Amino acid sequence: MALDSKIPAGKMDEKWGKYKSTCKLVNPANKRQLEIIVVGTGLAGASAAASLGEMGYKVKAFCFQDSPRRAHSIAAQGGINAAKNYQNDGDSTYRLFYDTIKGGDYRAREGNVHRLAEVSTNIIDQCVAQGVPFAREYGGLLSNRSFGGTQVQRTFYAAGQTGQQLLIGAYQALERQVALGNVTMYARHEMLDVVKIDGKARGIIARNLVNGELERHFGHAVLLCTGGYGNVFYLSTNAMGSNVTAAWKAHRKGAFFGNPCFTQIHPTCIPVSGDHQSKLTLMSESLRNDGRIWVPKKQGDNRKPGDIPEEERDYYLERRYPAFGNLVPRDVASRAAKERCDAGYGVGSSKMAVYLDFAAAIERYGKIEANKQGKSNLDKDSVIALGKDVVKEKYGNLFDMYAKITGENPYEVPMRIYPAVHYTMGGLWVDYELMTTVPNLYALGEANFSDHGANRLGASALMQGLADGYFVIPYTLGNNLADDIRTKSIPTDHPAFIAAEKEVSDRINKLMSIKGKESVESFHKRLGKIMWDKCGMGRNAEGLKQAIKEIQQLRKDFWSNVRIPGEVNEFNPELDKAGRVADFLELGELMCIDALDREESCGGHFREEYQTEEGEALRDDEKFMYVSAWEFKGDSQYELHKEELKYEIVHPSARSYK
Amino acid sequence: MQHYNMNLTLKVWRQRSNKVKGHFESFQVKNISSEMSFLEMFDVLNEQLVAEGKDPIAFDHDCREGICGMCSMYINGRAHGPWTQNTTCQLHMREYKDGDTIVVEPWRAESFPVIRDLVVDRSAFDRIIGAGGYVSVNTGNAVDANSLPIEKQKADEAFAAASCIGCGACVAACPNASAMLFVSAKIAHLALLPQGEPERKNRAVNMIQQMDTEGFGSCTNIGACEAECPKGISLENIARLNREYVGAIFSGSNNG
Repeated sequence: MALDSKIPAGKMDEKWGKYKSTCKLVNPANKRQLEIIVVGTGLAGASAAASLGEMGYKVKAFCFQDSPRRAHSIAAQGGINAAKNYQNDGDSTYRLFYDTIKGGDYRAREGNVHRLAEVSTNIIDQCVAQGVPFAREYGGLLSNRSFGGTQVQRTFYAAGQTGQQLLIGAYQALERQVALGNVTMYARHEMLDVVKIDGKARGIIARNLVNGELERHFGHAVLLCTGGYGNVFYLSTNAMGSNVTAAWKAHRKGAFFGNPCFTQIHPTCIPVSGDHQSKLTLMSESLRNDGRIWVPKKQGDNRKPGDIPEEERDYYLERRYPAFGNLVPRDVASRAAKERCDAGYGVGSSKMAVYLDFAAAIERYGKIEANKQGKSNLDKDSVIALGKDVVKEKYGNLFDMYAKITGENPYEVPMRIYPAVHYTMGGLWVDYELMTTVPNLYALGEANFSDHGANRLGASALMQGLADGYFVIPYTLGNNLADDIRTKSIPTDHPAFIAAEKEVSDRINKLMSIKGKESVESFHKRLGKIMWDKCGMGRNAEGLKQAIKEIQQLRKDFWSNVRIPGEVNEFNPELDKAGRVADFLELGELMCIDALDREESCGGHFREEYQTEEGEALRDDEKFMYVSAWEFKGDSQYELHKEELKYEIVHPSARSYK
Repeated sequence: MQHYNMNLTLKVWRQRSNKVKGHFESFQVKNISSEMSFLEMFDVLNEQLVAEGKDPIAFDHDCREGICGMCSMYINGRAHGPWTQNTTCQLHMREYKDGDTIVVEPWRAESFPVIRDLVVDRSAFDRIIGAGGYVSVNTGNAVDANSLPIEKQKADEAFAAASCIGCGACVAACPNASAMLFVSAKIAHLALLPQGEPERKNRAVNMIQQMDTEGFGSCTNIGACEAECPKGISLENIARLNREYVGAIFSGSNNG
């Protein structure tokens, strides 16, 4: 099967405009007859469900949490990018497009990324109109800050709770449609399979997590907005419930998986404190606007950070990357932290951490504040106190979170941070219209692979989720469904629904019948360790081959020895989790296969065999300028399809932030 | 910070479903690290129960970083436990010492029926938002974001109200099981902004009507909601809600 990305012809900056003006439409009377299933209610899902409901489609939305407002987009901290150029610092649609392509290490599709940059400005307008309380300047206009991999200030934010505010905006729009009867909401429901009829996605099998019953739902189209799969590593910054199940079921039903090995390891997270650790907490990238990252110049230096004088500190990002300094992209910052710790310069009790220090920023802000107040001869302590207030206003909630988790006061001592799994650039392969290789099955937001290449820039995930949901799918869905208006709703006693439900039910019964000795949690931890050690920040052929064998063995163990308490037909979180871990056990293997196949280093994918003398990622554009799209052919069998990437505008070059 | 391990007695509410009566059950947990979060301590207990062939304790949780609003334990008589402006998932075990007994219950309110053990149904909150907690603006109609300057102080106040995570601690803490803090936070968020102005009156009336329909109790100015709110939502929002409501009723909303 040849992959067709369906990028419209024409000049890059005219493609989307032309598409919108010429795509097929569905008239209002017909929209009322068309049923759309939206799975997941994060930024992509909630914005899609609300927008499609407003347009007149009959929408059913599903989430596994108790309310759509809980989806993990809520936890995004730092901000959302948009090429508004409100700061008059030279930003433009082209620059956002270029930064995103370069940030992704030239492994993203130009057409999609340009569209993303174009609609970025509409997102801010839409959110402000909904009443999203973004940070503002004293003049009443919107405030911006910087994020990694850019030299302009284009990030809009609401303290360290930008994801929360954006999601609440989308959630409110969604609840409005629920109240109007345009969207039916199914909370505490998990999608467990896609139903295909005549080759097209025509519905889902969902499990009601409260009573355990399986339900059949018809839809003319199915939208998966189910987020990323970082929890395959067990420890990540994802929510505990974040999972790959919906996407993986779709993959097994024919949707190709794009670039599964492209994982983002975020440089600034609170380090692991022990074996009990259930998740890792991010400290927003926005902190790198003001925090300076350093380790001692001496190996194994056990002095307290305050006792290490300035000249004995190695601000290694500023040293290695003077042009971008502490604001290099995430993949670069993460590898640099790992390099220092592996070389024996790490700090804290585990020695697997580096410092993120705000002392300089506190003093700088204190002086500015003192000048503003006309107090030029203030003593140092008073200046510091003023500076702390400024830092508190900018990052207060993050500092509080750090203090609660670690018991240390980050206003007084530098934060200790270390990289952690955060986001997955890979996901279901989609074309320009966000359709997967299964007709009428779409993937939006983090669940698809499309816009971030091998590394996502900070504050771009929120942008992509809302772009897909508010501004892309309303057009592309109509273009497809215009040909489907004669398709009547298919009754759910159709043999395809019965067969799909039986498949789901058989699997659940099989899981419950194992009655082994080891808990689901324990299997998940074991999988996470394999993935982190061998398919994490550094990867090599030997380790990946071992990992594949280990995962296959672990999967066997799981299916013969997992213990799931309770019953099928009741509220049973252990059973829910078992299904998700079973899917991670398959995905993990595919990630390693993909990482093994890609014999180059790019973005977050660092193959140790392929690096420059200075330890930078070494891309191989001759051989690997393609998207890896994997087709499921049976257990442990995947066929690789390649979508060649053609760069019309940007000329791929060595990615330098020096 | 000095780390230590502890053994604890837990008295936890067990209730198989909303159709049967619940009861307290006692458990012993050993070697709990002071560095664990409260929910990680529950993970340890649940692993222990699974190993013993028993049913683990059902509890709601998701982000474990204090923002999704899903965790909901009532710990030793306090919603989200003893720390101020904190969620259960962010409570850490250094709060406790060896030998302590901890009592854990679900949110208790008629409008939040128990689903299982510590898990309750908070969908009433979604319906209250659906009754008016939004600005009616369809996708694609917005003007340039900077065409509408908003006084920084107002924007900051609106943000403070909008930072509510919808966890329901306010209801659980209130002896009347009133949802006034939750409702007022949304009404204040949107009333403070010019975008919320056109629907201001109907919003107040409709949201309060829905709140009553859901069976939440009345506000008698006790203030437990504010004291237990993990996000520090202020009682001033309730005062604003009352002004909004009275204003809407007397000046005539479409429904009022």
